[in-house]
Amino acid sequence: MISIQFLAAIILISLGLSVAVFKKNLIKIVMAVHVIGSGVNLFLVSLGYRAGGIAPIFTDASKLQMVLPTTQALTLTSIVIDFAVVALMLSFVISIYGHYGTLDTQKRRLKE
Amino acid sequence: MNNEYRASVVVRTVAYILAAPLIVFGLYVILHGHLTPGGGFAGGAIMATFIALFLVSFGRKGAGSLHRNLFSVLESLGLTVFVVLAFLGISNTFFYNFMVNSGHLFGRVISFGVNPGYLDTGGVIPLMNIAVGLEVFSAISLIVLEMFTYSREDKND
Amino acid sequence: MIFLAEHAPAFAIAVPLLAAFVTPVLGRISEKIRNIWVIFSLLFTEFLVFILGCKVLDEGVYTYALGAVTPSLTSPVGFPVRIILETDAMNALISFMVLSIAIITVVYSWKFIEKYEAQDRFYSLLLLLTAGMMGMSFTGDFFTMFVFLEVVSVSSAALVAFFKKAESFEAAFKYLAISSIGSFFMLFGIGLLYGHYGLLNMAVIAKEIILHYSFLDVVALSLLGTALLLKLGSVPIHMWKVDSLQEAPAPVSVVCIATSLVGLYLLFRIGFSVFGLVINSILGWILVFFGILSIFIGVAMALLQNNLKRLLGYSAVAEVGYILLGAGVGLSAMPEVNGFAFEALSGGIFHIVNDVLDISLLFLIAGSIYYITKKRNIDELGGLAHDFPSLSVLFIIGMLAISGIPPFNGFASKLMIYESVFYFNPLLVILGVLGSILMLAVFVKVFACIFLGAPYEGEVEEVPGSMMFTMWVLAFFILFLGLFPQVAIDIFIAPAAEALVHPEVYIGGVL
Repeated sequence: MISIQFLAAIILISLGLSVAVFKKNLIKIVMAVHVIGSGVNLFLVSLGYRAGGIAPIFTDASKLQMVLPTTQALTLTSIVIDFAVVALMLSFVISIYGHYGTLDTQKRRLKE
Repeated sequence: MNNEYRASVVVRTVAYILAAPLIVFGLYVILHGHLTPGGGFAGGAIMATFIALFLVSFGRKGAGSLHRNLFSVLESLGLTVFVVLAFLGISNTFFYNFMVNSGHLFGRVISFGVNPGYLDTGGVIPLMNIAVGLEVFSAISLIVLEMFTYSREDKND
Repeated sequence: MIFLAEHAPAFAIAVPLLAAFVTPVLGRISEKIRNIWVIFSLLFTEFLVFILGCKVLDEGVYTYALGAVTPSLTSPVGFPVRIILETDAMNALISFMVLSIAIITVVYSWKFIEKYEAQDRFYSLLLLLTAGMMGMSFTGDFFTMFVFLEVVSVSSAALVAFFKKAESFEAAFKYLAISSIGSFFMLFGIGLLYGHYGLLNMAVIAKEIILHYSFLDVVALSLLGTALLLKLGSVPIHMWKVDSLQEAPAPVSVVCIATSLVGLYLLFRIGFSVFGLVINSILGWILVFFGILSIFIGVAMALLQNNLKRLLGYSAVAEVGYILLGAGVGLSAMPEVNGFAFEALSGGIFHIVNDVLDISLLFLIAGSIYYITKKRNIDELGGLAHDFPSLSVLFIIGMLAISGIPPFNGFASKLMIYESVFYFNPLLVILGVLGSILMLAVFVKVFACIFLGAPYEGEVEEVPGSMMFTMWVLAFFILFLGLFPQVAIDIFIAPAAEALVHPEVYIGGVL
C-alpha cells in the first residue's frame, strides 16, 4: 500500500522535473526547481509522521508517541537552503532579463 | 513627484496598521524559538515581511530611506555572533551548550516532566536564535531591497 | 598544540566561516587589512589541517562530536545522535589540497580582480566556499553533507557571475539550476536511507547496511551517485561545468575544479566506505564507463574549441575521467581489494592531486593571458613567447603535465592507472592512452597558437609578481611530484587508499 503523501511527493518531483526539462521560460525553470524542492521536503517530513503523535518537546510522553524531530529539522534546513537557491536564481534571472530583454532561453542568443 | 510610484491610500493605511504587529510577532517567534515551532529563520522572515510591505506602499522614496550598508553590517554581525557563540563552548566541544542549567541567563534549572514552557531555558539556543533572526531579517530585507530597486530602475529606462 | 589538534576538524570549518562573515566589515576599513585577514585565516586553517593530518596518519581515524561534553563522546544513548565529523587519511589529504588551492587563489586574486568592484563580497564568498568544502570533506553524516554541498553550489554560482556580463549570469543560472536539482535528488536518496534505517550517520549506516541490504538501498545509492556524478561534471551532464569554467574569473575556475574534486571524494566515500561491503562489481563498471566516456568526449570537444578557457574546461572533464577510471577499477574489486585494484585506486587518488595542480596552473595562465591582452579567443592571440618567456615555460610545464609526459606529475599517476588497469581490461588502457595523446595534440595546437609566431602586436600589460609567484609555486609542486612520486605515494596516497578500502576502520571510528 502506498501512502498518499509519498504519492504526492513523487507527483510533485516528476512535475517539477518535466517543467525544468521542457519549458523555455527562465521563471518557469526557477519555479520547477522550487517545486522539486517542495516535493522532496514533503517526502522528508512525511517520513517522520506518526498518526496521532505529539510534538517532540520536553515532556513525559513516551518515545513512541512523539513524531520524529530529526526529519522536521531536516525539512526546515532544506527549506532555508531552497529559499537561498531560489532567491539567487531569481536575481540571476533579473540580471539576464536586464541584459537580453527576454526570458526565453531560445531567443536569448539572437537578441544580443 | 507625479511620475513617482505611490501606492493607494488603502495599501498605505494597512501598512501602518500591520507594521507593529508584524515586528512584534516576528520577535515573539524568534524569542520562543526553543519552545515553540519557529525560531530564527521563521521570525526573521516574518520581520522582513515588514520591509517588503514598506517597499510596496512607499515605493522608491521608501527604498531611499533604507540603508543597505546598515543591513549588510547587521547581517555580518548576526552571523559572527552565531559562530562566536559556537566557539565559546570550546572548552568542551565546538557548539557545546555551556549556558544550559547554569542558573544564569537562559539557564534556569528545570525538573523533568511537563512544564508550561519557561522562556528562561535553553542556554545558548535562544541567543543563537536571536543571532540567526537578526541575520535572516537583514539578509531578506537586503534581497528584497536589491530586487526592488533593480526592477524599478529597469522600468524607468 | 594538543588542544588545536583535538578541535581541528571543527575549527577547519568554523575559521573560514567566521572569516567570511568578518571580511565585509574589514573591507570597509581598509583593503590591505582585509587581504591580510583573508590570507591569514586561510593559512591558519591550513596549519590546523596539517597538524590534524599528522595526527590522523599517526593514530588512525579521528572522530569529533559537535556539541558533546567531550569530543569523543559520539554515541551517548547507544547510537550517534549528534553531528559527527570523521577524519581519516583520505579526507585529511583532500582538505589539505583544497586549502592549498584556496590560498593560491587568494594570492592570485589580489591583482587579478583589483580593478573590479565588490571585492569584499568576492573574498567573503571565496571563504564561504572554502568553509563549505571543508565541511563536505570532514562531515560524517549525510545531511551535513547535503547542507555543505548546497553552501558550495550557492557560493560558487555567485562567484561564477562575478564579471556581471550576460554570459556569466547565464552560466551561473545554468550551474545553479542543474546543481540544485541534483542536490534535491541527493536529499531524496538521503531521505530513503533515513526512512530505512532511522539514521543519518555514514558509518552507522554502513554497519547496518550489511544486515538489511535491500532494493531501497540500491535506489538510494543510484540517486546519490547520480547527484554526485552530476556535481563533478562527468560526461552526460558536463555542459554546465564547461560553461561555468569558461565564464568565471580564472581564480574562481580553479576553485570550481577543487569543488568538483571534493565531490569525487564524496563519491569515493559513499561508494567505498558506506556501500563498499555490499555492492558488487557493477558500480565499479559504471564508474569506468563514465570515466572512459568523459575522457573521450572531453578530449574530442577540447580539440574543437577556440576559447582558451572553454578548451581547458573540456580537458578538466577529461581529467576527471581518468580519476573515475582508476577508482572504478578499485571499486569493482571491493570488498576484497587485491594488488592491482589497490594500485588503480591509489593512482586515481594521486591523479586527484595531480589533476588539480595541472589544471589550476593552466587556468591561472589562461587568466594571466586574459589579464595582459584582454582576449580569450586563441585565434586572436600569437607570438606571446617573445614578450613573456616565463609564461610560455609555465605553459609548457602545465601542458606536458596534463598530457602525462615524463618527468611531470601527470605521468606518474597515469602510469599507475595504466599499469593496474591493464590487468583488469587491456582495452581500457588503449582508450586511456589514446585520450592522453589526443590531449597532447590539443595543447600543442594551443601552444602554437598563443605563444609562437610573429610578436604580438596588440596592447599588453605586465603580469604582476604575485600572479607569477603563484604559478611558479604550482609548477614547483608539479615538478616535485613528477620527480619524486614515490615520496608522495608513501607518505599520503597509500594511507588514503588504505582508508578507503577498509570500511570497517571507518565504521569503528564512530562506534
